[in-house]
Amino acid sequence: MTVKNLIDEFSLEVICHGELAEEKQVTGGYCGDLLSWVMSRAKEGDCWLTVMGNVNSVGVAVLADVACILLTENSAFDDDALRRAEQNNVIVLRSDKNAFELAGKLADLL
Amino acid sequence: MSEAIKLHYDVDGKDFTRAGEASGKIKKTLKDIGYPPEIIRNTAIAVYEAEINLVIHAGGGEIDVEIAPEYVHVVLTDHGPGIENVELAMQEGYSTAPDQVRALGFGAGMGLPNIKKYTDEMKIDTVLGEGTVMTLKIYVK
Repeated sequence: MTVKNLIDEFSLEVICHGELAEEKQVTGGYCGDLLSWVMSRAKEGDCWLTVMGNVNSVGVAVLADVACILLTENSAFDDDALRRAEQNNVIVLRSDKNAFELAGKLADLL
Repeated sequence: MSEAIKLHYDVDGKDFTRAGEASGKIKKTLKDIGYPPEIIRNTAIAVYEAEINLVIHAGGGEIDVEIAPEYVHVVLTDHGPGIENVELAMQEGYSTAPDQVRALGFGAGMGLPNIKKYTDEMKIDTVLGEGTVMTLKIYVK
Protein backbone atom coordinates (compact mmCIF):
# COMPACT_ATOMS: atom_id res chain seq x y z
CA MET A 1 0.00 0.00 0.00
CA THR A 2 1.08 3.59 -0.48
CA VAL A 3 1.52 6.09 2.33
CA LYS A 4 -1.49 7.90 0.86
CA ASN A 5 -3.59 4.72 1.27
CA LEU A 6 -2.35 4.48 4.87
CA ILE A 7 -3.37 8.08 5.61
CA ASP A 8 -6.87 7.50 4.21
CA GLU A 9 -7.39 4.08 5.76
CA PHE A 10 -6.39 5.20 9.27
CA SER A 11 -7.68 8.82 9.00
CA LEU A 12 -4.25 10.12 9.98
CA GLU A 13 -3.22 13.67 10.66
CA VAL A 14 -0.42 14.72 8.28
CA ILE A 15 2.26 16.68 10.13
CA CYS A 16 4.88 16.66 7.38
CA HIS A 17 3.84 15.59 3.92
CA GLY A 18 7.22 15.11 2.28
CA GLU A 19 7.03 14.94 -1.49
CA LEU A 20 6.41 11.33 -2.15
CA ALA A 21 3.40 10.30 -0.07
CA GLU A 22 1.38 9.48 -3.18
CA GLU A 23 3.83 6.91 -4.52
CA LYS A 24 5.85 5.82 -1.51
CA GLN A 25 5.15 2.20 -0.64
CA VAL A 26 4.60 0.90 2.89
CA THR A 27 5.90 -2.65 2.88
CA GLY A 28 6.01 -3.39 6.61
CA GLY A 29 5.76 -1.92 10.08
CA TYR A 30 7.92 -1.47 13.17
CA CYS A 31 7.03 -0.34 16.71
CA GLY A 32 9.65 1.12 19.05
CA ASP A 33 10.86 4.18 20.94
CA LEU A 34 14.48 3.32 21.66
CA LEU A 35 16.25 4.90 18.72
CA SER A 36 19.29 2.63 18.49
CA TRP A 37 17.02 -0.37 18.66
CA VAL A 38 14.79 0.97 15.90
CA MET A 39 17.72 2.03 13.74
CA SER A 40 19.19 -1.45 13.65
CA ARG A 41 15.92 -3.35 13.24
CA ALA A 42 13.40 -1.29 11.28
CA LYS A 43 13.49 -2.10 7.58
CA GLU A 44 13.36 0.06 4.51
CA GLY A 45 9.73 0.79 3.66
CA ASP A 46 8.43 0.20 7.19
CA CYS A 47 5.79 2.40 8.77
CA TRP A 48 7.50 3.28 12.07
CA LEU A 49 5.10 3.60 15.01
CA THR A 50 6.52 5.60 17.91
CA VAL A 51 5.84 8.22 20.58
CA MET A 52 9.31 9.71 20.08
CA GLY A 53 8.88 13.01 18.22
CA ASN A 54 12.23 14.79 18.40
CA VAL A 55 14.89 15.71 15.88
CA ASN A 56 16.74 12.46 16.47
CA SER A 57 13.67 10.45 15.46
CA VAL A 58 13.88 12.16 12.08
CA GLY A 59 17.57 11.25 11.88
CA VAL A 60 16.74 7.62 12.54
CA ALA A 61 13.92 7.65 9.96
CA VAL A 62 16.34 8.98 7.33
CA LEU A 63 19.08 6.50 8.14
CA ALA A 64 16.76 3.50 8.29
CA ASP A 65 14.87 4.57 5.13
CA VAL A 66 11.48 3.94 6.70
CA ALA A 67 8.44 4.91 4.61
CA CYS A 68 7.07 7.23 7.30
CA ILE A 69 6.95 8.07 11.00
CA LEU A 70 3.53 7.42 12.56
CA LEU A 71 3.23 9.15 15.92
CA THR A 72 0.89 7.21 18.18
CA GLU A 73 -1.48 8.45 20.91
CA ASN A 74 -1.27 12.03 19.71
CA SER A 75 2.34 12.33 20.85
CA ALA A 76 4.13 15.62 20.32
CA PHE A 77 6.42 16.51 17.43
CA ASP A 78 8.64 19.49 18.22
CA ASP A 79 9.58 22.40 15.94
CA ASP A 80 13.21 21.35 15.42
CA ALA A 81 11.99 17.94 14.38
CA LEU A 82 9.50 19.44 11.92
CA ARG A 83 12.22 21.56 10.31
CA ARG A 84 14.48 18.54 9.97
CA ALA A 85 11.63 16.44 8.57
CA GLU A 86 10.85 19.11 5.96
CA GLN A 87 14.52 19.38 4.96
CA ASN A 88 14.81 15.62 4.52
CA ASN A 89 11.38 14.91 3.02
CA VAL A 90 10.41 12.61 5.87
CA ILE A 91 6.67 11.88 5.99
CA VAL A 92 5.32 12.33 9.54
CA LEU A 93 1.80 11.24 10.44
CA ARG A 94 -0.18 11.12 13.67
CA SER A 95 -3.04 9.18 15.22
CA ASP A 96 -4.85 9.28 18.58
CA LYS A 97 -4.77 5.46 18.70
CA ASN A 98 -2.06 3.46 20.44
CA ALA A 99 0.65 1.36 18.78
CA PHE A 100 -1.16 -1.91 19.54
CA GLU A 101 -4.36 -0.91 17.76
CA LEU A 102 -2.58 0.66 14.79
CA ALA A 103 -0.08 -2.15 14.31
CA GLY A 104 -2.82 -4.77 14.53
CA LYS A 105 -4.81 -3.13 11.78
CA LEU A 106 -1.72 -2.43 9.66
CA ALA A 107 -0.63 -6.07 9.90
CA ASP A 108 -4.04 -7.14 8.62
CA LEU A 109 -3.85 -4.79 5.67
CA LEU A 110 -0.32 -5.62 4.51
CA MET B 1 35.98 7.02 -8.93
CA SER B 2 39.72 6.46 -9.08
CA GLU B 3 40.91 8.34 -6.01
CA ALA B 4 39.58 8.19 -2.47
CA ILE B 5 37.29 11.00 -1.30
CA LYS B 6 38.20 12.50 2.06
CA LEU B 7 35.65 14.23 4.31
CA HIS B 8 36.07 15.95 7.67
CA TYR B 9 33.37 16.96 10.17
CA ASP B 10 33.49 18.71 13.52
CA VAL B 11 30.81 17.47 15.90
CA ASP B 12 29.44 20.00 18.39
CA GLY B 13 29.30 18.47 21.85
CA LYS B 14 26.40 20.47 23.19
CA ASP B 15 23.98 20.52 20.31
CA PHE B 16 21.74 17.48 20.23
CA THR B 17 19.65 18.97 17.47
CA ARG B 18 22.61 18.81 15.07
CA ALA B 19 23.71 15.32 16.03
CA GLY B 20 23.31 13.14 12.98
CA GLU B 21 24.28 15.82 10.48
CA ALA B 22 27.66 14.31 9.68
CA SER B 23 26.27 10.80 9.21
CA GLY B 24 23.47 12.22 7.06
CA LYS B 25 26.00 13.97 4.80
CA ILE B 26 28.17 10.86 4.56
CA LYS B 27 25.09 8.85 3.60
CA LYS B 28 24.23 11.37 0.89
CA THR B 29 27.77 11.32 -0.49
CA LEU B 30 27.77 7.51 -0.68
CA LYS B 31 24.37 7.59 -2.36
CA ASP B 32 25.53 10.17 -4.92
CA ILE B 33 28.57 8.06 -5.78
CA GLY B 34 26.30 5.04 -6.19
CA TYR B 35 27.48 2.62 -3.48
CA PRO B 36 25.38 -0.51 -2.83
CA PRO B 37 22.37 0.29 -0.55
CA GLU B 38 23.52 -2.15 2.13
CA ILE B 39 26.95 -0.49 2.41
CA ILE B 40 25.29 2.93 2.63
CA ARG B 41 22.86 1.83 5.34
CA ASN B 42 25.51 0.01 7.40
CA THR B 43 27.94 2.93 7.21
CA ALA B 44 25.26 5.50 8.05
CA ILE B 45 23.99 3.59 11.09
CA ALA B 46 27.49 2.95 12.45
CA VAL B 47 28.58 6.57 12.01
CA TYR B 48 25.32 7.92 13.46
CA GLU B 49 25.72 5.81 16.62
CA ALA B 50 29.33 6.93 16.95
CA GLU B 51 28.37 10.56 16.32
CA ILE B 52 25.69 10.40 19.02
CA ASN B 53 28.29 8.93 21.39
CA LEU B 54 30.56 11.92 20.73
CA VAL B 55 27.71 14.24 21.76
CA ILE B 56 26.50 12.24 24.77
CA HIS B 57 29.79 11.19 26.30
CA ALA B 58 32.73 13.15 24.93
CA GLY B 59 31.67 16.80 24.55
CA GLY B 60 32.03 16.54 20.79
CA GLY B 61 34.86 15.50 18.51
CA GLU B 62 35.94 15.04 14.94
CA ILE B 63 35.03 12.61 12.20
CA ASP B 64 37.34 11.82 9.29
CA VAL B 65 36.07 9.69 6.45
CA GLU B 66 37.90 8.15 3.54
CA ILE B 67 35.68 6.78 0.80
CA ALA B 68 37.50 4.46 -1.58
CA PRO B 69 36.12 2.09 -4.24
CA GLU B 70 36.81 -0.96 -2.05
CA TYR B 71 36.07 0.37 1.44
CA VAL B 72 34.83 3.17 3.68
CA HIS B 73 37.23 4.09 6.49
CA VAL B 74 36.01 6.25 9.38
CA VAL B 75 38.06 7.68 12.27
CA LEU B 76 36.26 9.35 15.18
CA THR B 77 38.45 11.29 17.58
CA ASP B 78 37.46 12.90 20.86
CA HIS B 79 39.09 14.40 23.92
CA GLY B 80 36.43 13.18 26.32
CA PRO B 81 36.79 11.14 29.52
CA GLY B 82 37.69 7.88 27.78
CA ILE B 83 35.90 4.55 28.21
CA GLU B 84 36.56 2.93 31.57
CA ASN B 85 35.71 -0.64 30.59
CA VAL B 86 35.51 -1.25 26.84
CA GLU B 87 34.44 -4.88 27.25
CA LEU B 88 31.48 -3.83 29.40
CA ALA B 89 30.59 -0.95 27.07
CA MET B 90 30.45 -3.43 24.17
CA GLN B 91 27.71 -5.46 25.89
CA GLU B 92 24.16 -4.88 24.68
CA GLY B 93 22.12 -3.05 27.29
CA TYR B 94 25.04 -1.55 29.23
CA SER B 95 24.88 2.25 29.27
CA THR B 96 26.25 5.16 31.27
CA ALA B 97 24.07 7.74 29.49
CA PRO B 98 22.36 10.28 31.79
CA ASP B 99 18.57 10.39 32.23
CA GLN B 100 17.99 13.42 29.99
CA VAL B 101 19.62 11.52 27.12
CA ARG B 102 17.45 8.47 27.79
CA ALA B 103 14.36 10.68 27.63
CA LEU B 104 15.33 11.48 24.01
CA GLY B 105 15.27 7.79 23.14
CA PHE B 106 18.98 7.07 23.47
CA GLY B 107 20.97 5.30 26.15
CA ALA B 108 19.62 1.83 25.46
CA GLY B 109 23.12 0.42 25.57
CA MET B 110 22.99 -0.46 21.89
CA GLY B 111 25.42 2.08 20.45
CA LEU B 112 28.73 0.21 20.44
CA PRO B 113 27.12 -3.20 19.75
CA ASN B 114 25.33 -1.66 16.74
CA ILE B 115 28.59 -0.16 15.46
CA LYS B 116 30.26 -3.56 15.68
CA LYS B 117 27.31 -5.23 13.97
CA TYR B 118 27.38 -2.86 10.99
CA THR B 119 31.11 -2.64 10.35
CA ASP B 120 33.71 -5.14 9.21
CA GLU B 121 36.43 -3.76 11.47
CA MET B 122 36.07 -1.75 14.68
CA LYS B 123 38.96 -0.63 16.86
CA ILE B 124 38.78 1.46 20.04
CA ASP B 125 41.86 3.17 21.46
CA THR B 126 40.92 4.89 24.69
CA VAL B 127 42.88 6.58 27.48
CA LEU B 128 41.05 7.62 30.65
CA GLY B 129 41.05 11.38 31.04
CA GLU B 130 42.48 11.93 27.55
CA GLY B 131 40.00 10.65 25.01
CA THR B 132 39.08 7.97 22.54
CA VAL B 133 39.86 7.19 18.93
CA MET B 134 37.50 4.81 17.18
CA THR B 135 38.43 3.39 13.80
CA LEU B 136 35.84 1.74 11.59
CA LYS B 137 36.12 0.01 8.26
CA ILE B 138 33.35 -1.19 5.98
CA TYR B 139 34.32 -3.16 2.88
CA VAL B 140 32.44 -2.87 -0.37
CA LYS B 141 31.74 -6.48 -1.29
